[in-house]
Amino acid sequence: MFAKAVLTGTHFINGDQACCEGALAAGCRFFAGYPITPATEIAESISRRLPELGGIYIQMEDEIASMAAILGASWGGVKSMTSTSGPGFSLMMENIGLGICTETPCVICNVQRAGPSTGLPTLVAQGDMMQARWGSHGHYEIIALSPASPQEMFDFTIRAFNLSEQFRLPVIILADEVIGHMNERVVIPSEEDIEIIDRRKPTVSREEYHPYKADADGIAPMANCGDGYRIHVTGLTHDERGYPAMDAKAQENMVKRLVGKILNNRDKIISTKNLFLDDAEVVVVSYGISARSAMQAVRDARKEGIKAGLIKLETIWPFPEELIRSIAPQVRALIMPEINGGQMVLELERAACGACPVTLVSNYGGAIIHPGLILSAINKAAKGKA
Amino acid sequence: MTTQKKFPPHPMDSLLRTERLPHIWCPGCGIGTVFSAVLAAIKNTGWDPDQIAMVSGIGCTGRMAGYIKLDSFHTTHGRALPFATGLKLARPDTKVIVVSGDGDLFAIGGNHFIHAARRNMDITVICVNNLNYGMTGGQQAPSTPLGAKTTTTVNGSPEEPFNFCHLASACGATYVARWTAMQVRSLRSSISEALEKRGFSFVEVITPCPSSFGRRNRMGSALEMLKFYHGRSVIRGDIDPKDASMDIDKEIVVGKFVDIERPTFMDHYEKANRHQMPQWRMHPDNQKAR
Repeated sequence: MFAKAVLTGTHFINGDQACCEGALAAGCRFFAGYPITPATEIAESISRRLPELGGIYIQMEDEIASMAAILGASWGGVKSMTSTSGPGFSLMMENIGLGICTETPCVICNVQRAGPSTGLPTLVAQGDMMQARWGSHGHYEIIALSPASPQEMFDFTIRAFNLSEQFRLPVIILADEVIGHMNERVVIPSEEDIEIIDRRKPTVSREEYHPYKADADGIAPMANCGDGYRIHVTGLTHDERGYPAMDAKAQENMVKRLVGKILNNRDKIISTKNLFLDDAEVVVVSYGISARSAMQAVRDARKEGIKAGLIKLETIWPFPEELIRSIAPQVRALIMPEINGGQMVLELERAACGACPVTLVSNYGGAIIHPGLILSAINKAAKGKA
Repeated sequence: MTTQKKFPPHPMDSLLRTERLPHIWCPGCGIGTVFSAVLAAIKNTGWDPDQIAMVSGIGCTGRMAGYIKLDSFHTTHGRALPFATGLKLARPDTKVIVVSGDGDLFAIGGNHFIHAARRNMDITVICVNNLNYGMTGGQQAPSTPLGAKTTTTVNGSPEEPFNFCHLASACGATYVARWTAMQVRSLRSSISEALEKRGFSFVEVITPCPSSFGRRNRMGSALEMLKFYHGRSVIRGDIDPKDASMDIDKEIVVGKFVDIERPTFMDHYEKANRHQMPQWRMHPDNQKAR
């Protein structure tokens, strides 16, 4: 009756379609969204695929509603996601905060275009990096991934679901227009070869169960609506029972755990791909489509005899501070290519702690960064006085 | 717990998070009456409470979800309906009740209300209409009568209010009723009917907010407010919802205005995905061409 969820085989598809297939392979069976360039193809693909898998696709009235609906579906026990781009991402911030506070697993794919405001709807940018980190009010930690190819759109979407289920929070995929619309080979493994992580279920009786009482690793088992636990879930500051608790102590307990469950598990979350790092004198740190340009530049530099290396950030948040802090004193310079006025470069500078110069190679959006620009920055850094 | 000792057992205790009492609502507030009616109606259905969920937005009424012993979700301001939409679609067998105030449902959440009703989501919505924003101290709401005083309209509200029942009906709700908080029996039976109704059902309750709205408009005590609203009410069932006027100065038309059958979102969704949706064509000629 139902079609296959995992389309094992080799495909030639774009990043948005790969994201859709990754979601389905991860077990996503609910999608709520709103059309927006350049993320529309995710909604289009999944609207066709979900019904044949017994899932639900619903087009909501806006992105606020889309985000609220995926939280509701997640509490109903169904893995859920939405996709959008900058203007919609702005609207989602409110309920991303609710998802953080209520510890609701779900996935948001932001296929970035140039802003501010309506900006360049059809053209690439990486301008929402800090918005993903700090866009909703209050203090919190987030997990964000940055795919650099349609293959990674597939792989990272699965990982995003796994991380969201494991750590109980909305996980953000920070893709970009070029990755979303680029057609490339995508290999979908067989179902058995895909690791799936599901949320931890309560093991105690209804009387003993406290929805926000965490296990030793800081993560609380999650009862779904209808499981008989009669949970209360609120965006107000709450105690272990999930009940509102209006004081500084309760606030500290709650936020400390929300932050701690991410920061204390950084080693399980952070992922980078390092190239030629062992003897590198100039290291390019980049992500998403810009990491593709950086890869070319680093290879070209090596051909010219420059000891260049690359750190490709697969996870953006949490930022790999320790790695950067250990590398910075050993290199002449760090270079960050990114399609914005300089966002992740600030994190890079912070983590480098002044141990080496940090250079930004960027544009404000609308075009990818030419590898030649990165190469000349590498050249300059290699010749410069360390 | 010490707080529990203060209260003798209540017939609705099995549906209450008694450890959370006393509640935060002001003396004389109409939410308690509505809450009791909701609890009684839920009991009346005989449904398994584990298969009923309550979703609320923000505000005084939003706190109802915190006191009911069901799976209960206190979401963001105005977003109870889209949250409930996701929950309902993920768990079609769960009965989903949304409770919220007039500001939450019709100002910040107005667009969500329109679309949830249009889609005919199988959800029951109870709106506690106290004519102002109570939680924040009594500001102008989309229900505030023209000329009424609130903290943000000290010279009288310059806006005409919504008629929520007319709106709900125009958007496609399958069940629409309005009562004042004084008409407890009718309210209870309307909520029961709304719960049993397949599709988007809506019950509006006009309630006293003596601490904010009543005080600023010199309406007297909670009881006097109740009596005032009741005195203004005229029962007119089966009236066209556009004529079901909601005018505090003249008459508050109460009763059941809509009780119809209409396919729900899921009915249409399943039909479409079985490829049984009738083909839609703009012009009969196109049909021939195909």
